Amino acid sequence: MEASQFKSDQYVRFCPGCGDHAICMALQKAMAQIGIAPHQVAVISGIGCSSRMPHYLNTYGFNTIHGRGGAVATGVKTSHPELTVWQMSGDGDCLAIGGNHFIHEIRRNVDLNVCMFNNRIYGLTKGQYSPTSAKGFVSKSSPFGTVERPFIPAQLVLGAGGTFFARTLDVDVPTTVDCLVAAQQHKGCSIVECLVNCVIFNNGTHAWIADREQRAEHAIILKHGEKMIFGKDRDKGLAVEIDPVTFVPKMIVVPTDDPRVLVHDAHQPDPTLHRFLALMGQHRFVSVNAEVTDDLPVALGVIRSVEAETYDEAVNDQIADVRAKSKAKTFDELTATLETWTM
Amino acid sequence: MKNIVVRFCGDSGDGMQLTGNLFSSLSAILGHEISTLPDFPAEIRAPQGTLGGVSGFQVELGSEVYTPGDKADVIVAMNAAALKVCTLGSHFNHPQAHFDDEFALYHRHAIVIVDTDSLNDKDLEKAQYHTENPFTELGIPESVQIVPVALTTLTKEALKDSGLDNKAMLKSRNMFALGLICWLFDEPMDEAIHLLEDKFKKKPALIAPNTKVMVDGYNYGQNLALSVSQIHFDGHPNEAHGTYTSIAGNKATAWGLIAAAEKSGKHLFLGSYPITPATDIMHELAARKDMNVMVVQAEDEIAGVCTAIGAAFAGDLACTSTSGPGLSLKSEAVGLAVMAELPLVVIDVQRGGPSTGLPTKTEQTDLLQALYGRNGECPAVVIAASTSANCFDYAYEACRLALENMTPVILLTDTYLANGTALWRIPQLAELPEIHPQTVPEELKDRYNPALRDERGVRYWAYPGMEGYQHRNIGLERDAERGTISTNPENHEQMVRARQRKIAQVADRLPELKVICANGQNEVLLVGWGSTEGHLHAAANELGCDLVQFNYIHPLPKNTHEVLRQYKRIVVCELNTGQFAAYLRANFPDLPIEQYNEIQGQPFAVERIVNFVKSLVG
Repeated sequence: MEASQFKSDQYVRFCPGCGDHAICMALQKAMAQIGIAPHQVAVISGIGCSSRMPHYLNTYGFNTIHGRGGAVATGVKTSHPELTVWQMSGDGDCLAIGGNHFIHEIRRNVDLNVCMFNNRIYGLTKGQYSPTSAKGFVSKSSPFGTVERPFIPAQLVLGAGGTFFARTLDVDVPTTVDCLVAAQQHKGCSIVECLVNCVIFNNGTHAWIADREQRAEHAIILKHGEKMIFGKDRDKGLAVEIDPVTFVPKMIVVPTDDPRVLVHDAHQPDPTLHRFLALMGQHRFVSVNAEVTDDLPVALGVIRSVEAETYDEAVNDQIADVRAKSKAKTFDELTATLETWTM
Repeated sequence: MKNIVVRFCGDSGDGMQLTGNLFSSLSAILGHEISTLPDFPAEIRAPQGTLGGVSGFQVELGSEVYTPGDKADVIVAMNAAALKVCTLGSHFNHPQAHFDDEFALYHRHAIVIVDTDSLNDKDLEKAQYHTENPFTELGIPESVQIVPVALTTLTKEALKDSGLDNKAMLKSRNMFALGLICWLFDEPMDEAIHLLEDKFKKKPALIAPNTKVMVDGYNYGQNLALSVSQIHFDGHPNEAHGTYTSIAGNKATAWGLIAAAEKSGKHLFLGSYPITPATDIMHELAARKDMNVMVVQAEDEIAGVCTAIGAAFAGDLACTSTSGPGLSLKSEAVGLAVMAELPLVVIDVQRGGPSTGLPTKTEQTDLLQALYGRNGECPAVVIAASTSANCFDYAYEACRLALENMTPVILLTDTYLANGTALWRIPQLAELPEIHPQTVPEELKDRYNPALRDERGVRYWAYPGMEGYQHRNIGLERDAERGTISTNPENHEQMVRARQRKIAQVADRLPELKVICANGQNEVLLVGWGSTEGHLHAAANELGCDLVQFNYIHPLPKNTHEVLRQYKRIVVCELNTGQFAAYLRANFPDLPIEQYNEIQGQPFAVERIVNFVKSLVG
């Protein structure tokens, strides 16, 4: 299928230069690559810049209310598991007002593909700090800097028992397409954190990896089954070292010929290593004053992808099981089972 | 006797609800009309023997039963606290020195069966008695027949060979009382045993000991025969021919949804979150997987309604069940369903409010919230059930109206209807009204958009999986022609009016408002809505005046003004401070509307309505 089959007739109204344009294009490409017909696809969103996405896709779409996209999507997928269901959300929509639905769709493992656009700011309400803004971040609602600790989305996803977590960057369209296709192919709740630039209110928030050369040094694109190697000369590998005193393990950068260089296993059920990988580079966002004390890259690509029973499947299977065994299947048969008398 | 009111009172762990329900079902099976009123504390287990822990169950049986009754003819009190609560009611802190025929909760010639094993000094102290003689202290007149029964001792005696421990034995005390009551009403033991077996079919070990205790209670009654006489009824059931069962309002509501799903050919989806007193609807539907019902117990009230909206977007008959606090939380999402014009059934089992209020008590205080409690101009259909049995009909009707008119429908019931039981004539699916969901016609394929309407002004429903109807639905304002986002000022006004017109046209096919008991005078009209029908019916009969009871609230039946304007005095009676009265005044400013209100968390007492109207007319 062609990406054009997934373009709607709507004029795309993201700000010029916004990272959402690239994600929109990547979504259309990924959907074409996946090859599911547009009428079998439902794209659900809440409120925010990212939540405008359904309007630009020629699938079924529902732009709902702030924070509730996850709950609406859960209803769509559970009642109709044959549909492919995407959820478009942002760091505010997903992690603040919709936080409860977000952790519960992950806990239940509803088979959804969730794109969480993280620009670390509220854009549509014109520039307030978000749950992913670094402590000390100055915005219209935090003129003296925020005093709050931010969420690291990966930590929340893994804490809620997430079965799939990928991270991508707006300007890296091929990696975005790969992550989106993998999210769709994964059976279960797939979270893709899309790092996007808000050109108006938080320009340059991902600058340290936006530039191609910088990215080669500061990011690693993880691929299942491949050695963890990065750097513009692909001369750096990742390994785990255990501190001999505290026994706390940590990620380290080693030469590529070091036998300790890890091979990425996204399918490992134990999330320990996935967590280490997902947290690399994230301390920069905990506080505006954070000092970069290591040379660890931020992990992009599919960090975790494990199979587990999905909620929608379990709900439907249980109904089918009970129905197969029950004698009464219609209303009239049901009322015939009652204790009755006739007048 | 024509009709009898029986009140069971015990500790919340004494199984009074079970006893009352079994007795009511048994009475219904024997052909009596019934109306029941369970009344239990919000705490699951308050300290044993205390006033706060008393749980009650009242049933009226006989013929032409409209309410669970004002005053008890028979009282069963399982301990000292129960005796106090069931004779003095909520006034138990202010014992009356003299029996007052008007205000007493029982008749002057009532029978009071009381467990004498639970009236010792410690029991009296826990129940805050000040003297050693509870009967005198409570002002029970000598004309009341006290039947002292050593319930605890006799129950232990019945089970002495059962091998059960003391605690397990005491749990069966209620069955001794049930057996005794069955004897009093001459109800046959074999039917009662049959019901008991059905009730305990999942715990078969409990059948034998409970049956033994119940039968012993019955036989004990026979030995009492010299001092107490059995009660026989003169009345004959006057319900229409058919097959009957007894049903609680919440269960009837759940079954109405099931019937509507099958009739409309839609898959039934419930998104809900536990809340008293609505949870039994979710329980019943979760158990009905055999009927292909899908229940999502959501993470919160908002997710309950939002998962339902998702299912409606995907083409299901989608419902959410809740009570007042939950309806508050769902408001924004109900607005989304109004804006997205999706079919959605919202069931609000009203309880005492505001906030957490009185979770287990009844009230009609969510009417204005249902009508207006959303941001923007946000009309929805609002209907109300008026008996425990017709919760079935109005749940069915809510589904029909939602599916045919692409709108949220809010169905109001309340604690009184939800937990009360009534006689229900079981319908066949074939005899229920047809339901025609507003599915998009074939000819709109490839040129569909979500703003397209039929001649009634109702938009067409297309959902994922249908090829050639892809569209984007929104909570934002949409263009009246193209269905896409629009901020155009004229378009907004046009859409606001289109949504209002769509709800208003629902009235074109609603049944007309009927005067219930036309007594042929036009002096006084009683007006009620929802669950007060039984009490107002009985009051109107006693007063010899007419009554109209509203089930359709928004929109109102088209002949409402025509009916109401015939009367010189219109008295709107509600369990709130006058919400429906205010709504009628706003709609019909020319009508002379008066009001009678009670807000005590309890159903009306017929006598109080009668006295009020009499004082009004003079």
